[in-house]
Amino acid sequence: MLAALWDSPRLRAWAGQALLLLLFVGTLVWLAANTVENLAVRSIRVGFDFLARPANFPISESVVPYSTMDSFAWAYVVGIGNTLMISAMAILSATLLGLFVGLARRAKHPMLSGVAGVFVTTVRNTPLIVQLLFWYALVTTALPAPRNALHPLPGVYLSQRGLYLPGIEWSGNGWGFAAGAAAILVAAAVLARRRRRQGRTAPALPAIGAAAAVLALAWATGIGVAASLPELRGFNFSGGMRLSPEFAALMVGLVLYTAAFIGEIIRGGIDAVGRGQWEAGRALGLSERQTLMRIVMPQALRVIIPPLTTQYLSTVKNSTLALAVGFPELGLVIGTVINQTGQALESIAILLAVYLTIGAAVSLLMNWCNARTALVTR
Amino acid sequence: MTEQTSGRHRAARLAIATAGAILAFAAATLPARAGTTLDAVKARGKVICAASSGTIGFSAPDDKGYWRGLDVETCRAVAVAVFNDKDKAEFVPLSGQQRIPALQSGEIDILPRTLTWTIQRDGNGINFTTPNYYEFTGFLMPKNLGVTKVQDMKGASVCVQTGSTTEVVVNDVSREHQLGLTTVVFDSVSALRQAFFSGRCDALITDAAALASIRATQAKNPADYVIFPATPYMDALTPAVRHGDDQWMDIVTWSFQALTSAEMFGITQANIDQKLGSGDPRIRRFLGVEPGNGTAIGLDDKFAYNIVKQLGNYGEVFDRNLGDGSPLKIDRGYNRLFRDGGLMFPLAFQ
Repeated sequence: MLAALWDSPRLRAWAGQALLLLLFVGTLVWLAANTVENLAVRSIRVGFDFLARPANFPISESVVPYSTMDSFAWAYVVGIGNTLMISAMAILSATLLGLFVGLARRAKHPMLSGVAGVFVTTVRNTPLIVQLLFWYALVTTALPAPRNALHPLPGVYLSQRGLYLPGIEWSGNGWGFAAGAAAILVAAAVLARRRRRQGRTAPALPAIGAAAAVLALAWATGIGVAASLPELRGFNFSGGMRLSPEFAALMVGLVLYTAAFIGEIIRGGIDAVGRGQWEAGRALGLSERQTLMRIVMPQALRVIIPPLTTQYLSTVKNSTLALAVGFPELGLVIGTVINQTGQALESIAILLAVYLTIGAAVSLLMNWCNARTALVTR
Repeated sequence: MTEQTSGRHRAARLAIATAGAILAFAAATLPARAGTTLDAVKARGKVICAASSGTIGFSAPDDKGYWRGLDVETCRAVAVAVFNDKDKAEFVPLSGQQRIPALQSGEIDILPRTLTWTIQRDGNGINFTTPNYYEFTGFLMPKNLGVTKVQDMKGASVCVQTGSTTEVVVNDVSREHQLGLTTVVFDSVSALRQAFFSGRCDALITDAAALASIRATQAKNPADYVIFPATPYMDALTPAVRHGDDQWMDIVTWSFQALTSAEMFGITQANIDQKLGSGDPRIRRFLGVEPGNGTAIGLDDKFAYNIVKQLGNYGEVFDRNLGDGSPLKIDRGYNRLFRDGGLMFPLAFQ
């Protein structure tokens, strides 16, 4: 009887799996129990109640409004906002630049392909953190002090403290207006698309309607717009829009680095499409550009998108290197929070959860793109 | 290729972003170490202390790689107390961010690294011994900006290092005097200093002695920079130990107290052997001529004698690292003995 059981391959497989699972769960339980005990023995605070306390530390720039009286939880939101902004902008710009680099590498002109080759080799083979420090040092040492700022155009100042441009100042319920305007624009876009599909005339009608609705909303929410010019007050410029050296260095570093990888991915994708396709395009009388965009690219995308997904995920995570150049993304904010509260476990758990969520969202989006471009066999 | 390079970066990124916290994670999940810190230190054969990544005067390796500084000697005093050898100490350079998790998790035995004694830190798994340096938080600014006090700093940008109490200080003074200060926060000290000296920030904030150290060693012309206090309050920089080991706390406390007490008794590295013949019973007990003090905390009775014999007294330690015997030439100020008008109060070896 026992021997029969032992000989059953299914049962043996099951037993093996069960044993592994037991070991795995046991290890987790053991680690968790140790953690709880150790934290108690060392009398280290645990729990998330610190999140509601005032943060009391400044954050140099943020896409959402922040003051030092806000809570630690809001400081995290500020960090997440900055991370999302820098990731999105870096991914978009790097993809455009990468496309250009990829095409330049395949260009017939030796100068163009040579420059692109040198760019890819240099940027891909040096550590990103060194590049970031390089750009940051360049921005902060090559540019003049704020008192001697470059002043090429009225209202435009370039100095070590960043680039200051004339800006617009909102007054009134800015957030309500922005949300309402976004909703109107989306509705108009959907409507316009439907009309175009139906082949209806007067395609501009939804656009005109939307413009009128936005104006009405502006009037209703009492929104006011005023120009704001930067001017030197005391040590720094105030007013206007500001592009900080930290942001600029991080952006330039991330975009160039990522573009070099994306360029190679795109070049590889194009090379993977058979030469016959180009020849067929030419035979049909299509121009080089038409062949590239209409015939080669759609096929190359199938090869390009999976590695591109990895590259996008890397870029999101690479943004944590911002702490070397002082841009307050989530990693830097969390570092400060850990120091102020001493609650490392909780903060790191939040950090992991946020990056996991962003990463999963990027993956899902890219998988959806991949599914759309995948070869459909009938 | 892509995978390899990005893999390497992922490793670097992880290391930088979470090094300190990972320590806490790893240590928190492993079983608690049995036995006392003293047993562990004896079994290992050396004391492990935190150090900075190079703040001259407090902890920095010299040109031969030998660690020097007030915090370093505070640690060496413990090495002498335990092993009668000031070189049985190892120094781990840690960032402001990493230092507390490293102590909590047992990576280091003592944290003497310009750590301000605060209630939030005290309440979270570490214990402070007694202060080894009293200090105000200061601003370092170029003289040509014409600023000599906080009230004049309206709108200035300040370079700040993460992992310190100074981020909150900037916020406090900015709020109190309505200055609208902006900060640029750095994780690495070298990036911080580079940003300040290139002019990215108008001011640099940290402990005044550290500022003096930065000014003396990094500025092209130290006379072009001015240091002034950020707040009217003093900080007590205090070596810390892990919560929960009272014996080790005592050993670290009294090893440092031996330095200040020796100064009070007028005992120096040079005259200590003559002082062995002193008729003062307090000095005789301090030096272990009459037994009892060392064994009370689990050490050799001559531990205080050994410390002063190898390191000198607090005044000598201060002088060679921060005072006139050093390039920093910092005035002893509040760090004089109580008797001389300072805050250093030697506790009784009774």
